[in-house]
Amino acid sequence: MSNPIISLNHIDVTFYQKKRTIEAVKDVSIAINRGDVYGIVGYSGAGKSTLVRVINLLQEPTHGSVVVNDETFFQSDKKANKKTRITTNDLRNRRRKIGMIFQHFNLLNERTVTENVAFALKHSDLNAEQKKAKVAELLALVNLSDRAEQYPSQLSGGQKQRVSIARALANDPEILISDEATSALDPKTTNQILSLLKKLNEELGLTIVLITHEMQAVKEIANKVAVMQDGEIIERGSLLEIFAKPTQQLTKEFIETATNIDKAIATISAQPLVKNLHENELFIRLSYVGDTTDEPLIASLFRDFQVTANILYGNVEILQNTPVGSLLVILSGTDDQIKAAISTLADHHVEIEILKGGK
Amino acid sequence: MTQWFSDTFPNVVYQGWTGDTGWWTSIVQTLYMTFWSAIFGGLLGLIFGIGLIITAPNGIAPNKWTFWIFDKVVSIFRAVPFIILLAFIAPFTKLVVGTQIGTTAALVPLALGVFPFYARQIQVALSEVDSGIVEAAQAVGASFWDIVFGVYLREGRSEIARVSTVTLISLIGLTAMAGAIGAGGLGNMAIAYGYNRFATDTTLVATLLVLIFVLVVQLIGDYLAKKLSHK
Repeated sequence: MSNPIISLNHIDVTFYQKKRTIEAVKDVSIAINRGDVYGIVGYSGAGKSTLVRVINLLQEPTHGSVVVNDETFFQSDKKANKKTRITTNDLRNRRRKIGMIFQHFNLLNERTVTENVAFALKHSDLNAEQKKAKVAELLALVNLSDRAEQYPSQLSGGQKQRVSIARALANDPEILISDEATSALDPKTTNQILSLLKKLNEELGLTIVLITHEMQAVKEIANKVAVMQDGEIIERGSLLEIFAKPTQQLTKEFIETATNIDKAIATISAQPLVKNLHENELFIRLSYVGDTTDEPLIASLFRDFQVTANILYGNVEILQNTPVGSLLVILSGTDDQIKAAISTLADHHVEIEILKGGK
Repeated sequence: MTQWFSDTFPNVVYQGWTGDTGWWTSIVQTLYMTFWSAIFGGLLGLIFGIGLIITAPNGIAPNKWTFWIFDKVVSIFRAVPFIILLAFIAPFTKLVVGTQIGTTAALVPLALGVFPFYARQIQVALSEVDSGIVEAAQAVGASFWDIVFGVYLREGRSEIARVSTVTLISLIGLTAMAGAIGAGGLGNMAIAYGYNRFATDTTLVATLLVLIFVLVVQLIGDYLAKKLSHK
């Protein structure tokens, strides 16, 4: 149990084209534990898709090793210039235990919903009767029993993605790779798919690798996050760490897309209230994670220091059952009062960023 | 009516229905040549077309040399004009069917003439199959043959029906030239007994019969292409 279910070590993927080489993935190591929902975020071209395709060897790495479920799928020895890979037959069998869903669903257009799911069961040990039951069970799981005999073209995007989830789950995989699976869907459908994935993670213990450019999706269901740029992982950690204390500019940008705090700051800064800030006022941003929010801190500022706090904007995300919040506040009081208030806030692990001081 | 017909189309009537140069004989010869060369040439074209798709650099079994061979064989055979091919491969024809003249002898050049055309058509048809679908099939552990039959041929079947129709029609065109090696058929009827003898009525009727033949193929092909598509 202690070993990661997926472990990619020093993975390089280099594409050699006629006149140039493209290093799509550069020396990336990543360990994903059983039961994780691991979000890999990055803009298109960052190498996310290439990296996850290495897991089931749809993309063979140029260098590095791939270990899934304690079995080495692929290993390269740079010095000896030798590559070892599990046999094609074994690989096919292992792939059945690694489900995969895609941005454009990739369903077989000329087969019905039932046939699409059954296609994945072609080599299973089940007999015809059991296969039929399994398909029905999977379609019930994704709530598509009434669409069993329809063709993909007759379904909506969300329904197609649910068929592809059913197909991916056909051989009872332990891992599900989601390659931008919600990127082509509208926000409402995206949430339905994400909650389905969350349910599968919780109820079946499915390990999910979720690659996306939407921080919103990661925020909904991931417990760990890695941020990719130019083929490298530039930042990684638990969802909370990443959200509360991003260090890289790109990570901050992604978080901004999910919280819109910067936009709020810009809008509020243009308001007369902030524009014409009084001498004894301070426009600040408070950021906090977790239990801090349970205490009536803002109220205590007035009670203990006679500092009034005018809350102009607030955003609280509940990530992994932990609140992560940002408040934009105008504090007013004398210099000493404000100083004392700020130090109290800092004692309570609230991060303070002074956005504008009164003159 | 009968009188009017034999007055207006004297040469058509003169040809007779059966016999070596009869209409029925010609129709059967054309059907025979089209059918069998479609079977052999089609099979060969299908194999080459599939081969081109799967051994291509982005195919499921990329192989530079195999691809190169498939590609060049198809290109070379396509480059040879059919009427020259007929004569050029005569010794090979004799080797295969024991004779170099007659309807059966025409099958060899017809099959070889149509297969590169069909191979290219199949290549185009199968390249329309979304590579994402192929990848999804690989991801669920599909085997090589699962992908060839279950994905490429199955997903591409409507396109295959369409290009097969095009190929069959051009094959009917080729059979008309087979008269050059004594294979008979409606094309031969139009040229040898119609055009060369100034028997315009014979040419006209032979042409109409070929036209009907093409039309029927087109209608069936269009129907299948539509019926087989669920896109």
